[in-house]
Amino acid sequence: MFGIFAPALFLLFQQAERTRLGEMWENIQHPNLSRFLFIGALLFIIGVAGVLTRRNIIVIFMSIELIMNAANLNFIAFSRYLQSTGSANALAGQVFAVFIIVVAAAEAAIGLGIVIALYRNKETILLDEIDLLKW
Amino acid sequence: MYKYIWLVPLLPLIGAAINGLLGRAFRFSEQLIGGIAVGSIALAFLIALAAVYSYGSSTLWPKPYVTSSQDGSFNFNWIPGGPVRLTQGEKAARPAEQGGPARPAAGSVLNIDWSYQLDSLSAVFMLIVTGVGLCIFVFATGYMHGDPGFYRFFAYMGLFMFMMLVLVMGSNFLMMFVGWEGVGLCSYLLIGYYFDRPEAANASRKAFITNRVGDFGFALAVFGVIATFGTAQYTDVVAQASSYPIEPLWHFGIMSWIGLGLFIGACGKSAQLPLHVWLPDAMAGPTPVSALIHAATMVTAGLYMLTRTNVIFQHSQTMLFVVAIVGAATALFAATIGITQNDIKKVLAYSTVSQLGFMFLACGVGAFAIAIFHVMTHAFFKALMFLGAGSVIHGMHHEQDMRRMGGLKKYMPYTYLTFMAGWLAICGVFPFSGFWSKDEILWRTVSTNHIPYGFLFWAVGTVAATCTAFYMTRLMAMTFWGKPKFLVQPAGGEADEAHASAYDKGLKKHDAKKFSAGDRPRHEPGEHVGPVRESANAHAKGGGAHGHGAHAPHESPANMWVPLVALAVLAVVGGLVGIGPAFTGHGHPGGRVNIVNWLDPIIWNSETRGFGTENTAEAAETHENVGRAEGGRITGKSVEETPAGYVATGFNLAHSIEQTLHSERATEWIFILLSLLAAGIGMGLGWLFYIKDTSLPDVWATRLRPLYQASYHKYWVDEFYGWAITRRTMDLARGVFTFDSKVVDGGVNGSAWLTRLSSRVTGWTDQYFVDGLVNTIAGFVVTLVSPILRAAQTGLAQNYALVMVLGLLIAAAVLFWKSAF
Repeated sequence: MFGIFAPALFLLFQQAERTRLGEMWENIQHPNLSRFLFIGALLFIIGVAGVLTRRNIIVIFMSIELIMNAANLNFIAFSRYLQSTGSANALAGQVFAVFIIVVAAAEAAIGLGIVIALYRNKETILLDEIDLLKW
Repeated sequence: MYKYIWLVPLLPLIGAAINGLLGRAFRFSEQLIGGIAVGSIALAFLIALAAVYSYGSSTLWPKPYVTSSQDGSFNFNWIPGGPVRLTQGEKAARPAEQGGPARPAAGSVLNIDWSYQLDSLSAVFMLIVTGVGLCIFVFATGYMHGDPGFYRFFAYMGLFMFMMLVLVMGSNFLMMFVGWEGVGLCSYLLIGYYFDRPEAANASRKAFITNRVGDFGFALAVFGVIATFGTAQYTDVVAQASSYPIEPLWHFGIMSWIGLGLFIGACGKSAQLPLHVWLPDAMAGPTPVSALIHAATMVTAGLYMLTRTNVIFQHSQTMLFVVAIVGAATALFAATIGITQNDIKKVLAYSTVSQLGFMFLACGVGAFAIAIFHVMTHAFFKALMFLGAGSVIHGMHHEQDMRRMGGLKKYMPYTYLTFMAGWLAICGVFPFSGFWSKDEILWRTVSTNHIPYGFLFWAVGTVAATCTAFYMTRLMAMTFWGKPKFLVQPAGGEADEAHASAYDKGLKKHDAKKFSAGDRPRHEPGEHVGPVRESANAHAKGGGAHGHGAHAPHESPANMWVPLVALAVLAVVGGLVGIGPAFTGHGHPGGRVNIVNWLDPIIWNSETRGFGTENTAEAAETHENVGRAEGGRITGKSVEETPAGYVATGFNLAHSIEQTLHSERATEWIFILLSLLAAGIGMGLGWLFYIKDTSLPDVWATRLRPLYQASYHKYWVDEFYGWAITRRTMDLARGVFTFDSKVVDGGVNGSAWLTRLSSRVTGWTDQYFVDGLVNTIAGFVVTLVSPILRAAQTGLAQNYALVMVLGLLIAAAVLFWKSAF
């Protein structure tokens, strides 16, 4: 697990070491797009890893939430970036983020319903014991 | 006035249309229907009379007048034609520089006009058709009284008049053909007028089918005319044909073939020998129809056609010979049958066939004008006798069997007297009309230069004339003279007209006041139902309550005997328009009024190669042939001559006698006396057999039993046709049916069997070979591949997700790989 995150943490620390406090504030005021994208990608990867490796459906759901939030972060970042360039469609990204939150909520509701139904039938929520898609 | 002749056919058509289309819907009364029909015919007759008078007295006279809308008359372009390719004509005709007329060039345009032609011939026929037709229409209003189909009858009759007038007045062959088929149709409709009676329906079909044979020949001849001359207009055809070379006996050129086709058509329509069988059966129609169509007008259409195309016939000596043979044979054949028939209408029917044979004989010996003269006199006396027979049948309550008549002169005086005029006329008694025409036919036959063996034809004709006198006397004796046999043997017998039909339908109510409505059932011949005791008056007073056949004959009402009187007058004096040269010394007296002179301009003269008297007169100077100038009669030195182009005719009885006596007139008188003698012998024998000693017929019928049987059974012609044609046609149909059911159906069924067999083979192949192959290969492939593919399907969502991610990574790798370098 650590082996995966190690290069990312190394880059983060390296950046922090290089920067002074003022520059940090400046970066907060005028964020650098690539850093947000980097964090979004990090979140996405964590989510994907969670989906692929965990057995419990609940945890997989949580990982999926991570993936969607990674996408949200990207939307927000691009929206902010476009605002600084003066584009007229800059707010669209934020609207999409709201949509995704709504969809995620609905998906969670349905997904959890499915999980309960599965549990009632199969008496398990461990994904590797459920191979119904084969049929 | 002659410009208005187009009205003559139109008026009967209008009358027929009114009666036929409105008569039933508006329930026209008999008076109205009869008025419309008779009125239209009367008006047509008056117009025709005025037209013929004005034409005959105009300077136009010898030339035909063809109506045209340009001079205030009427015509229209009926068939706007296409180009016609002339076939035979160009080769056979004489070229123009040798005196031939300018023919339309090959590829000329055939335009058929609907226009009427007025010339001597059509004038005669117009007057016969409308005049005799008028009498018959008036008669029919009485005869058909009480018939439920009154309007229908007069609609058909009017239509017939229209068609007949189109036939005789049309200016081209196609109009003649239209009229020809039209009168055939009307004949069919009227013979089958009592269509609910099987014998009438069968007779109408028989007439129609027999006529089809003739019409086939006629149609071929019309095609031949158009192909040869490039036109169908009489005037053009006649002008062109007169320049063709004459075809001698046993030479078959284009004229012979056209003539043969025309003659076959004439045989069908005019009931000549091979095709005569329909006419006696046609008597199943109402009697006025028999009088109008099957005696006076329609059956003479063949003679009209022959005379109209006399140029063509005179160009072929072969066809003249054939016409004469058929005519003479028919005259004798039908006359001998007439001797033994018992149905009054059958006797008259065979008499008609026989007289038509006389007319054809006249045409065959080149005496076309005399043939038309006989058509006219025959129309008078035969229509008269048919109407008289109708009156007798009416008076006898639809009894047609002469064996149950007799003594009717007391009961029906008008009918008797008028019938007697007809009898004297047909027997050929001096000054009655039949004498003039028949005698001249016989004289022209024996003295003919047109065909060989004229004296044989004359002998046949004279025997036929004797037979005619005999059977007509027999008819008179059995019907009007002698004892009233209906008192002892009164039942209906072969009575089969309107009221029998009405009885069959259950309309038994008898209208005693009118002596017409039917109460008479039909009986088998000879069935005895009971003698007549009740007089007509007592019957009328009794309200008509009586048994079958219980009252005496009665005279017909005035609208029936007045036409009889009119026709009787014509039958008596009608022959005076054609007095022959024997009585005046030279030529036919009376100028244009004499029918022979009147018709002369349309008769081609084979001697002078021209038409009629005018041309002949010019030619006479060069030919020193004055005799021919007198209406085409042979006199003087020319008697030995055969017309140019004809084969010499050999022994000629008349000429031999003439050379012995050195007088043509004396010779002619000899033959006149001979024909009078023949008539006298016939009438005397009739008197002897049927008045003097009434046991003689039975005696002689036993002595000449084979002949009697042959005549009584009409020489078994119907039976022969039934065997040779009808049965063979049935056999053929049966054979075709067998062929169809065995061979054609067998083929179809066999192919079906073959299809089933092959499909079974294919099915087996498919099931075991193709399917087996497919199953083997597919099964092999499946067993080979399925473990691999199955392994991919774990059913675990995470595996799928992993694959998705791997795919994503690969996509990203490809993307960034390119951008990295």
